Amino acid sequence: MSASIARAGAVIGKELAEFRRNRLIVTTATVLPVVFLIGPTASILNIKAGAPSTTLDTRVDYSLFLPLLVSVFVPSIMSAYSVVGEREQGTLEPVLTTPITRAELLTGKAAAIFMPAAALGYLIFGVFVAITQLAASPLVAAAVRHAPQLPAALVFIPLLAAWAIWAGLAISARVSDTRVAQQLSTLGSLPPVALAALMQFKVISPTFGLVAALAGGLLAVDCAACLVVARLFDRERLITGTGPGRLIGKETHSVGNA
Amino acid sequence: MTGDSAVDEGLGETATASRMPPAQDVPAAIEVSHLTKVFGGRAAVSDVSFSVAGGEVFGFLGPNGAGKTTTVRILATLISPTAGSAVVAGIPVGPDRAAEIRQRIAVMPESPGLYQRLTVTENLEYFARLYGLPRRQARTAEALAAVGLADRAHDLAGSLSKGLRQRAALARSLLNEPEVMFLDEPTSGLDPVAAHEVHGLIAGLRDRGVTVFLTTHRLEEAERLCDRVAIMSTSLRTIGRPDDLRRELFTTSLGVTVAVALREPGRVFGELPAVQGWKAASTPAPPGSGPADYVLTVSDVAQAAPAVTRALVAAGADVLSIAESRHTLEDVYLELVGDEQGGAR
Repeated sequence: MSASIARAGAVIGKELAEFRRNRLIVTTATVLPVVFLIGPTASILNIKAGAPSTTLDTRVDYSLFLPLLVSVFVPSIMSAYSVVGEREQGTLEPVLTTPITRAELLTGKAAAIFMPAAALGYLIFGVFVAITQLAASPLVAAAVRHAPQLPAALVFIPLLAAWAIWAGLAISARVSDTRVAQQLSTLGSLPPVALAALMQFKVISPTFGLVAALAGGLLAVDCAACLVVARLFDRERLITGTGPGRLIGKETHSVGNA
Repeated sequence: MTGDSAVDEGLGETATASRMPPAQDVPAAIEVSHLTKVFGGRAAVSDVSFSVAGGEVFGFLGPNGAGKTTTVRILATLISPTAGSAVVAGIPVGPDRAAEIRQRIAVMPESPGLYQRLTVTENLEYFARLYGLPRRQARTAEALAAVGLADRAHDLAGSLSKGLRQRAALARSLLNEPEVMFLDEPTSGLDPVAAHEVHGLIAGLRDRGVTVFLTTHRLEEAERLCDRVAIMSTSLRTIGRPDDLRRELFTTSLGVTVAVALREPGRVFGELPAVQGWKAASTPAPPGSGPADYVLTVSDVAQAAPAVTRALVAAGADVLSIAESRHTLEDVYLELVGDEQGGAR
């Protein structure tokens, strides 16, 4: 167990070091959240005193939804690159010749993306709420503070990030082109977002029970996705681009996917 | 097709002198039995069997698409065989003990596969952690020193030349002190100086007692470094020591150059018991005119050469050179796979 943790820890450390030194990743991970912060904040701060309550509600709904996308798109882009990118630069094969298991490798990669993505999601919400409380009119500030979507969003940030990561890793482990991986990964991260959007826009009412049920469901889906990704991660396919070969009438055994 | 260069021969002797042929009783580091791998109905490797002794430097040669890399990947537990079996470092290749094999081997793929944004040390320490090694920093430093990269330890891998990256990759392969090391085209794309450095490092592995499985296109490289070679073209074409392969495929011959063409070469060479046959190496010059070359088929060079020298002197010939005509590994290779490749084009 300790060896597994150490190996997964090694992957986390390596991934984070690479993120830090890749300007493109740092820029993308910075610009996108800033964009998703500026729009909603400006929209909230721009509400005139005495605006109708429907306007206030609509803008608060919108403002609390957009930052949620940060915790989906950022990990989606990063995880899409995670496997196919290593394969393209030739670093995957040496790693796969070490005793690391697929569970250790995937856990390490997922954790390395999850930590900054979730932190970024909470940071964006924290900054947004802080600005509105300090700079918006008392009525608008209270509307944001008491919006039922706010605690729901805080619950969904890590769950949506985890889904986006597993979807991205699954796609990254099966495609051979980084661009295709990123496009498919973005699409793959959307279904749970749609559900969250329905709640954020009050199409379905975000009660405590509903949020808890959806969060539990999403957690279960995340766990299942983790197992599915582990099954999709096939050393042979990653190395050769094809699955195990087979002679008619001969048994094929899979090597080294422990 | 023949390679009777005295210079090549000299280099070959130097390299061969340092070679320690594996003893017969050394346990096999790799045993492969009827190995087959099929991709989408096409056999990449077909019914290949061989064994490599512990401490041996084994060359695995063949044209592009011959199945060399596929074989390495099967032995390194990266892909599964369609049929057949293999044992690496005493462990059967299979799903149950794949991690155990990986702990005891190292693979250096054709591409160095370094993380460009990490330093050389960071690259190696990452792998040291994946292997679960103790004394990571010390082992990293030792591996870098072994390949002469200690002074570039803190450079970004992306800033290194291709030759230095190969060295860093080799250092990475040394980290876990592997029993068996697979080197897949380690000098591919390197300039002669960098390739020469890698040759030195491979020779160093032999000194450490590491079993080296070397796939290469460079036949002179295999000839200089390898105790034995196998020539693949989907199936195994031949296997043996380079000298033995030459003997199997080509007759032993002596190349003779004289200053003036002999008037009666048949009488000079034909009466010698040690000479089984002779021919002019090129269009013979008129007797008594310019220099001429002859190729004599002999069974024992050591016995034939003095007898030929004496006969030439007795015939009044001015002998310019007498040397064994050595066939290179390239000749062997071309003899075995050259026609096939030519036909495929």
